[in-house]
Amino acid sequence: MDQYYLNLLFVGATFALYIGIAIWARAGSTDDFYAANRGVHPITNGMATAADWMSAASFISMAGIIAFNGYDASAYLMGWTGGYVLLALLLAPYLRKFGSFTVPQFIGERFYSKSARLIGVLCLIIASVTYVIGQMTGVGVAFSRFLEVSNTAGLLIGAAVVFFYAVLGGMKGVTYTQVAQYVVLILAYTIPAIFISLQLTGNVIPPLGLFSDFQQSGQPILATLNSVLGDLGFASYTGQQDTNLNLFLFTLTLMIGTAGLPHVIIRFFTVPKVSDARYSAGWALVFIALLYLTAPAVGAMARLNIIDTVYPNGVGEQSLAYDDRPQWIKNWETTNLIVFDDKNGDGRIQIYNDKNPDFAPRAQELGWNGNELEVNNDILVLANPEIANLPGWVIALVAAGGLAAALSTAAGLLLAIAGSVSHDLVKGALAPNISEKGELLTARIAMAIAIAVATYLGLNPPGFAAQTVALAFGIAAASIFPTLMMGIFSKSINNYGAVAGMLVGLVTTLVYIFLHKGWMFIPDTNSFTDTDPLFLSVKSTSFGAIGALFNFAAAIIVSKMTGRPPQRIQEMVEALRVPRGASAASAH
Amino acid sequence: MSQTNKPGGAHDRSAAAYWRANVRLMVGCLIVWAIVSFGFAIFLRPLVAEISVGGTDVGFWFAQQGSILVFIALIFFYAWRMGSLDRKYDVDEK
Repeated sequence: MDQYYLNLLFVGATFALYIGIAIWARAGSTDDFYAANRGVHPITNGMATAADWMSAASFISMAGIIAFNGYDASAYLMGWTGGYVLLALLLAPYLRKFGSFTVPQFIGERFYSKSARLIGVLCLIIASVTYVIGQMTGVGVAFSRFLEVSNTAGLLIGAAVVFFYAVLGGMKGVTYTQVAQYVVLILAYTIPAIFISLQLTGNVIPPLGLFSDFQQSGQPILATLNSVLGDLGFASYTGQQDTNLNLFLFTLTLMIGTAGLPHVIIRFFTVPKVSDARYSAGWALVFIALLYLTAPAVGAMARLNIIDTVYPNGVGEQSLAYDDRPQWIKNWETTNLIVFDDKNGDGRIQIYNDKNPDFAPRAQELGWNGNELEVNNDILVLANPEIANLPGWVIALVAAGGLAAALSTAAGLLLAIAGSVSHDLVKGALAPNISEKGELLTARIAMAIAIAVATYLGLNPPGFAAQTVALAFGIAAASIFPTLMMGIFSKSINNYGAVAGMLVGLVTTLVYIFLHKGWMFIPDTNSFTDTDPLFLSVKSTSFGAIGALFNFAAAIIVSKMTGRPPQRIQEMVEALRVPRGASAASAH
Repeated sequence: MSQTNKPGGAHDRSAAAYWRANVRLMVGCLIVWAIVSFGFAIFLRPLVAEISVGGTDVGFWFAQQGSILVFIALIFFYAWRMGSLDRKYDVDEK
């Protein structure tokens, strides 16, 4: 069968499945819409959380980032998994016991302050909207590459599917579609990886293959990679380029940012018990780890594969003639994600590090005149099946997997945004006496509007769309995580302290980002760059952890000066620390 | 619940004692969490560089694989120990 029709078949079948689940899992009440009636099994929720969490970036881009940055990219691996330890130990069980529907609702009630709740909504919306734009553009890219429709049409089809199951089913519909999407995306990710690992190392398990011998050389994969990269003037794959300080702060920012992202936290509101919330975080990480342990193997093996393709007789020998290039390079050249430029006019492809002055004499000796093949980070995973010569149905599965990753994360984010608008803004501030039916309708309308806005921004991405890591994780780390933690672990932080802490965390982090990326991300308005940052070696993406420190300090100092919270708040904190009674504590 | 010992004693079954036991367990788990990630994978990497794993050093293994496996083990260990604490202090969900 033609590849196009195979892709269409796989994507169409998975979409039909998601819509079928949506019809089966309709939401009948606000409890259904916000928290799936708190009846989701912890393993089911773990799987849904994994799909919710693993975005287009995890699925499509992460292996490429690791391939081209080696050891330094470990910050993403540790950061985006270590946050689940913090969720399980510090936040999820207590927030489940408290029994709210949204994250700002907890902040508002614990700190008995409407202002705190509204700042919570503001942080949630900045973080989630930035995050969702990347998912929408991811949907467009996957559609245009695999189904030969325009970016715009692809994005609109994806938005229509999300609209259907998210508006109809709320959290309940999103949960069960996410479970299906997890299965699709994890199969799509691991099957090509298994074949590549088999071809290169003979080991059927990619994470073990990464530390096995390269069959061609009899040397370990990583040692071979370090040696060929060195021969081409590149930095060592396992070596460290970044400073200890920046690596530490970046990893920590991603960890506490992960734990503070509202669309992840609300998933733990759906399980029946406090003890389920603890185990569910563990299951989520098991399902996430299946992809996160595979990604570094895919990265290293793909990098080695590309060099091996270009230098079939070994580095230093004659490189591949452009006319002899394999089919997968031809396929991806049409998307401009691989670009060849024959700078020395010899008709052959050369890859090397032309930015390394120490390597320049060697390049001159070989008659090389600059790196000639630009390979985009994003294609490694998408091109994997073609690189490994896998059958057409694997390519179709990868197309469906990429879409599943983008759609599941988009739906989770939109749910967090819509829930916050209807529950925190409308019911919490504008119309407190709204009926349950009225609130459910409001939640659905808010969801529809959120999808429309996200679609528009996906089609016309603003400047901040590329800053998901800095903005979403920075704000979640500096503003949301510390406030939630203090709300649980301290009885003495009061309303003034919380508001001051959140504002200080938010403002310092935004200012630090703007100083390096430009004010409101307008080009050339920055005073510093990430290669020469304001404070030591701390890049703008690593500042969230420092912002969190400012948040803690401001909250503690202001609370000390303004007195302890009322007795009923201190009793509320004592109650949320004890698991018993969680099933009753959902009457909000 | 019938024991009437001093607060903080070995037989103290108060909510405050439950919370102290929880925080102790949590801090222990977070120390391990920090040692494998920020420790072995970053700051202590040169100290353990002699130990090699599959063509590289054990620090690289912790950075790209080992820490994730330890994180999973930590969460399940914590959830399991908390389950026993919940029952011991009679605060578990019926």
